[in-house]
Amino acid sequence: MTRMATLTEAQKRGALAHPDVDLHDEVNRDILKMLSAPGKGWWFLFALAALGVGVMFGSWGWQIYRGIGVTGLSSPVGWGAYITTFVFWVGIAHSGTLISAILFLFRAPWRQSIYRMAEAMTVFGVMTAGLFPLIHVGRVWHAYWLIPYPNARYLWPNFRSPLVWDVFAVTTYFTVSSVFFYLGMVPDMAAARDKTKGIRQKLYSLISLGWRGTDRQWHHFGKAYLFLAALATPLVLSVHSVVSWDFAMSIVPGWHATIFAPYFVAGAIFSGVAMVITLAVPIRKAFGLEAYLTTKHFDAMAKLIMLTSLIVFYAYLTEFFMAWYSGEPPEKQMFWNRLFGHYWWATWIMLTCNGLVPMMLWFKRVRHSIPALFAITIFINIGMWFERFVIIVTSLSHEYAPFAWGVYRPSLTEMGIVLGSFAWFSFWFLLFIRLLPPVAIAELKEVIPARMRRGSGGQDRHDAVPATAPAGD
Amino acid sequence: MSETNGILAAFDYLDSTIDAVKELRGAGFDDVTVYSAYPEHHLEEALGYDQSPVRVWTLVGALTGTATGFAFTAWTSMDWPLITGGKPVLSMPAYVVIAFELTILFGALSTVLGMFINSRLPSVASGVVYDPEFSSGRFGIFVPASGTDLDRAREILRKHEPAETREGAHA
Repeated sequence: MTRMATLTEAQKRGALAHPDVDLHDEVNRDILKMLSAPGKGWWFLFALAALGVGVMFGSWGWQIYRGIGVTGLSSPVGWGAYITTFVFWVGIAHSGTLISAILFLFRAPWRQSIYRMAEAMTVFGVMTAGLFPLIHVGRVWHAYWLIPYPNARYLWPNFRSPLVWDVFAVTTYFTVSSVFFYLGMVPDMAAARDKTKGIRQKLYSLISLGWRGTDRQWHHFGKAYLFLAALATPLVLSVHSVVSWDFAMSIVPGWHATIFAPYFVAGAIFSGVAMVITLAVPIRKAFGLEAYLTTKHFDAMAKLIMLTSLIVFYAYLTEFFMAWYSGEPPEKQMFWNRLFGHYWWATWIMLTCNGLVPMMLWFKRVRHSIPALFAITIFINIGMWFERFVIIVTSLSHEYAPFAWGVYRPSLTEMGIVLGSFAWFSFWFLLFIRLLPPVAIAELKEVIPARMRRGSGGQDRHDAVPATAPAGD
Repeated sequence: MSETNGILAAFDYLDSTIDAVKELRGAGFDDVTVYSAYPEHHLEEALGYDQSPVRVWTLVGALTGTATGFAFTAWTSMDWPLITGGKPVLSMPAYVVIAFELTILFGALSTVLGMFINSRLPSVASGVVYDPEFSSGRFGIFVPASGTDLDRAREILRKHEPAETREGAHA
């Protein structure tokens, strides 16, 4: 086929990934219709999310009014549900950049239709995670002390502290992933501008910055995108490493381990890809995106989950092995306590959800069944929240001296805030799928073959489409 | 933007567009603007693009970030030397993390700035040479020309059967 001869390798593979999408105009029509007026289902979910956000801020307000004593946090467990949820959401945020940047550099042919959603998930995930240090510090009105700024007291943050590293890592991550998200969306918002009218058109004109798709714009855009991807790749690996050092740099048994950085990064990608599937399944169904999110895409993501699940499970086993092999009594009894102590149920939830359940993905039938995938990812979401709970709480509650052991139970206020954070995330995500192009229009076109005049006769499916009537000048 | 006289042609087919661009450039029209809905590498090749200066912005931004990260942490430590944990006041290994994060931050922001400046964005001028179809399926070629040059350009473009052509002064 002459048409195939001029295609790039990526386009050939892309054509196989989206066999049911023929034309570039079709992409615009299918994706931009998602931005039309929402139906009852959307409003119902949005109202539910808004209610949850209300619960969250109500609980936080109560905590600010009464003080941090309304939480279950006390000695010895000073880090509880808030830090658990912080790490959980930072982890969720990771696969967005993995899919958008790392798979971009590796030229993975299946990222195009999923990466915008994954990136949005990253931005909103960090926005959710970022609230928790603020909630956790108690006196939130002093939160700006975390930022280094010249002050009359000549005080600067202690740059040897992993907590200060974390401030830099998470703010950098938020800034860079937002910029990456926005920049990738500029051509698609221009496409939305060209297909809408009235106030919406004005809005899209404004945020698409006057993008026209000229050769000069695409040329510099392509290079900038490549360099941003190259910068975001080490960034994504560094952020969760730094988060893990919040723990690993201390000498708490169960935290002080060199395995922590890669273990946390693998866990983050594991939980993030699972969350992408959790979000993509209902969106695909609601908007009829079956031609864009095919079984092939889900299969690829399921394999990524399988790989990271194995790494995470291996890390769990390594921790137990090292505790035994070290011969350190505090380390040994801490890990014994983790499996059979007060929080045994949390540990077993973690092991089952993250280690055993994902092993079903070895079967192709499971990877190709959307309901099964959805169910498995829900288990993973739960399991990964409990993983962080287990790491943080079981370690702190069972440190060196037996008289300092203790038990922590999250209070109602904490549960309100933790559950509310899911609503806060959904709130932004629901707005996103209605206001911004949730699937990358321009990038999809890179992998769907363009119309060619010199097709291969009657076999060329594009020949069936009537060409636009030539108009005079 | 001053008034530009020229011809704008819209094409339905990628190969026709590429052929037209090649022929125009062969005939000495170096200032053509090509519109497409997605980054098409064949078009970039036909236009003879080389490296983008954006990479210099990335490098300079990233190196500035590294220098800032080390300088800032070192300076604030020396500003009020306080020994904690028996460690040196200047604990450079710990500052690597800050320097690394700032390398990425400054590099990324500088890349975006470089891209905006090089591709003349944001541009909110109205009435620029454009057609809304260019963001969905069509390709466009604009050739700034007048007089006999315009006739030559029109002839070349027509040969490749554009779906539509538009002539005249474009703001």
